Amino acid sequence: MIDNNNNFKKIMMASAVSAALALTSTTAFSAKHPVTGDELAADQSYTYRLLDGIPTIDPQLVEGVESSVVVRDLFEGLLNQDDLGNNIPGVAKSYDLSDDKKTYTFHLRKSNWSNGDPVTANDFVYAWRRAVDPATASPYSWYMEMMAIKNGAAIIKEGMDPKELGVKAVDDYTFEVTLDAPLPYFPGMVTHTTTFPSHQATVEKFGKDWTRPENIVGNGAYVLTEWTLKEKNVRERNTKYWNNDKTILDKVTALVINDENQALIRFKAGDIDKTEIPAGQYPSMKKSNPTEAFSFPRLCNYYYTFNLSDSGPEAFKDVRVRKALSYALDRNVIVKNVLKGGQFPAYTFTPAATAGFTVPEVPYAAWTQKERDAKAKELLAQAGYGKDKPLKFDMLYNTDEAHKKVATVISQMWKQKLGVNAVLANQEWKTFLETRKKQNFELARGAWCGDYNEASTFLDLMTTQAGYNHGKWVNTEVDTLMSDAKTSETPNKNYTRVEQLMADEMPVIPVYHYTGIYMIKDTLKGWPIKNVQQTIYSRTFYKAAK
Amino acid sequence: MFSFIIRRSFSSIPTILILILISFALMRLAPGSPFSTDRGLPPEVLANLEAKYGLNLPWFEQLYTYLKGILFNFDFGPSFKYKDRSVNDILAQGFPVTLTYGIWSFIVAVAVGIPLGIAAAVKHNTKLDYAAVGFSIGAQVLPNFVMAPILVIIFTLWLNWLPGGGWNGGQWQYLIMPIIALSTSYMASIARITRSSMLEVLHSNFIRTARAKGLPYRSIILRHALKPAMMPVVSYLGPAFVYMITGSVIIDIYFSTGGMGQFFVDAALNRDYSLLMGVTIVFGVMTILFNTLVDITYAWLDPKIRL
Repeated sequence: MIDNNNNFKKIMMASAVSAALALTSTTAFSAKHPVTGDELAADQSYTYRLLDGIPTIDPQLVEGVESSVVVRDLFEGLLNQDDLGNNIPGVAKSYDLSDDKKTYTFHLRKSNWSNGDPVTANDFVYAWRRAVDPATASPYSWYMEMMAIKNGAAIIKEGMDPKELGVKAVDDYTFEVTLDAPLPYFPGMVTHTTTFPSHQATVEKFGKDWTRPENIVGNGAYVLTEWTLKEKNVRERNTKYWNNDKTILDKVTALVINDENQALIRFKAGDIDKTEIPAGQYPSMKKSNPTEAFSFPRLCNYYYTFNLSDSGPEAFKDVRVRKALSYALDRNVIVKNVLKGGQFPAYTFTPAATAGFTVPEVPYAAWTQKERDAKAKELLAQAGYGKDKPLKFDMLYNTDEAHKKVATVISQMWKQKLGVNAVLANQEWKTFLETRKKQNFELARGAWCGDYNEASTFLDLMTTQAGYNHGKWVNTEVDTLMSDAKTSETPNKNYTRVEQLMADEMPVIPVYHYTGIYMIKDTLKGWPIKNVQQTIYSRTFYKAAK
Repeated sequence: MFSFIIRRSFSSIPTILILILISFALMRLAPGSPFSTDRGLPPEVLANLEAKYGLNLPWFEQLYTYLKGILFNFDFGPSFKYKDRSVNDILAQGFPVTLTYGIWSFIVAVAVGIPLGIAAAVKHNTKLDYAAVGFSIGAQVLPNFVMAPILVIIFTLWLNWLPGGGWNGGQWQYLIMPIIALSTSYMASIARITRSSMLEVLHSNFIRTARAKGLPYRSIILRHALKPAMMPVVSYLGPAFVYMITGSVIIDIYFSTGGMGQFFVDAALNRDYSLLMGVTIVFGVMTILFNTLVDITYAWLDPKIRL
């Protein structure tokens, strides 16, 4: 955005507003929001901060939360999510499920691509085949595999022809999907960007360049008008979008501002409408801008995992040691004095914000910290560690200021309360991933954000087979409980039991559950703070007049 | 002179080849891969990705294909991270940005630094000299990662004169702060080097002779003292120029310019092999090129070197 322009607009707005006040009339900007009745600002543009450049906006290749936000503005899938995370119609007006629960038939509305071509079932057939085709090499093809579409796995793994995928255009506006097995949460999965349509003629004509502003054809509420890597990404209203009448926001601009403190300065200068609040600064921002600082639950956890595999230290094989370390960790200090962003102390693996999940009672959560500390000392002494034989291990995290603070505080707690010597070590991200994957650590940081809003997205990580079970904890009861939960009518019972087993065995030390901590301009309305997955559609926002 | 230039240019070819080999080797030795992520990819997905980018081939074959692409088509291959772009696309976007603010910073640093140094030397031990020395020391201890946010606070947040970041095709408003932040410390070094070297020359015998002969002071400085005094400055300017035009991560991060500096660092962090190689080669070639130019300038300034 050209700042001069912005200033100019500000001046214009200010003079217009003062003129309006002087005349005690508000005819200048009298448009009102149809639902909330808020008076709308004349300038309906929204600018936000991006940490880094968007790597790709090809729906079938896209990865990462921020890139998906862009893709959801430029393309639209079969279904969308509302601001609570429920499925609502997208390109599909409705869908039917066959009696054997294996065939979904989506009925598409008549809608157009940004170049005027109709969006048909064939566009979805093309996109879904493209997503599983090994030639595309989509990093999210595993997601398509999880959707259990007929022949999906065989195409990805064994090189079967992508044309064999269980998708079919019955006619231009009827899209049929056949699954290998019933999958109750399948409809929710088609809100994911990997399943969005792509325009075959454009992809084939321009190759990898098809996503450039001058070439791209989309079916979303916005079209891409500018995209410079590591500088900005601009989207403007797509007048051919089927629901364009309901869109209020005209323009969305993402500015790459790598440093979060710098981004906060730019927010204060009025350059951007939304940015993240740097760790520890939430209380002061809440005090200075009470209506603009937000903290709300996110579907993510933060923990430390013990290496329980053969390469892990002998000490951690003793459950008393694991429990002692977990008990002695004062989570309230971490969230209240270190992070200060309204995060939640975690005693279970699954965040309380997860849909349909009631946090099970695990005993140590109810104790006072004093009781936990006393128990911790007792357990560690029983395990044979003390002054004569101090416990010592390495504590690994990926290089980052906030992780460093948390690790330092945790190791101090252990040192003071238990006389344990945790040696801090940090590694650059990709090296860290490799080390953790190869069980080359003793105690390592872990974190997980839910792929979908259900407890199994977290608890599945604790099964023996899970790739993300870096600590290699093995508990056959957990495996059975989790596999039964897939078909159970009351999976929550299983989840409660798994959490209790985890509290008994303490394979990981839950530390806290994340919050989203943002500065959002008070004129920007419609941010879905209740959608814990933060599925953002810019077209649902609007700018209110000051 | 001509044969010196030829000799000097040819000797840089093996340097570039060694540079390519070492960076290729170092990159493959780094743990992790372009496709390693927090979640981890299933093996079959990983295999598809590796096949697409040729990582399944033996290393010598990868190196051969890579070198062939560069030499015959000037093609640095596709980026592993930015899937919609090739390395050439990224270089074409980022390099002009870096080059623009780099060259301007260089011009500002030289245009201010050299006169300031000369003035300080000529007015040795006067208030002007003290002010220049004070400025140089101050500017050098203030690193650009401190200066960049301060500039934004003053010019964007308080005064609202300049945009706080971005590039916008290189409009002048967007250039000012990056140039100030990048040039200041170089300007200070140039002024300091110029001053001390000028002082040394001004105290030498041939200057005393010139003054004894009654030449005007102005022409003594400009015609006799300047050329020898520039020797140490030129040797500093060569590498300084390369540093400036190859971009600064700090400038790119704080001013969101989209320049090469940040791509360079991120390519290493992302294990974006092809992008990292591409940037390394371009930066390497530029470094070698400008060092050669410095050597040639040197030879021109001081005939002893040509031997």
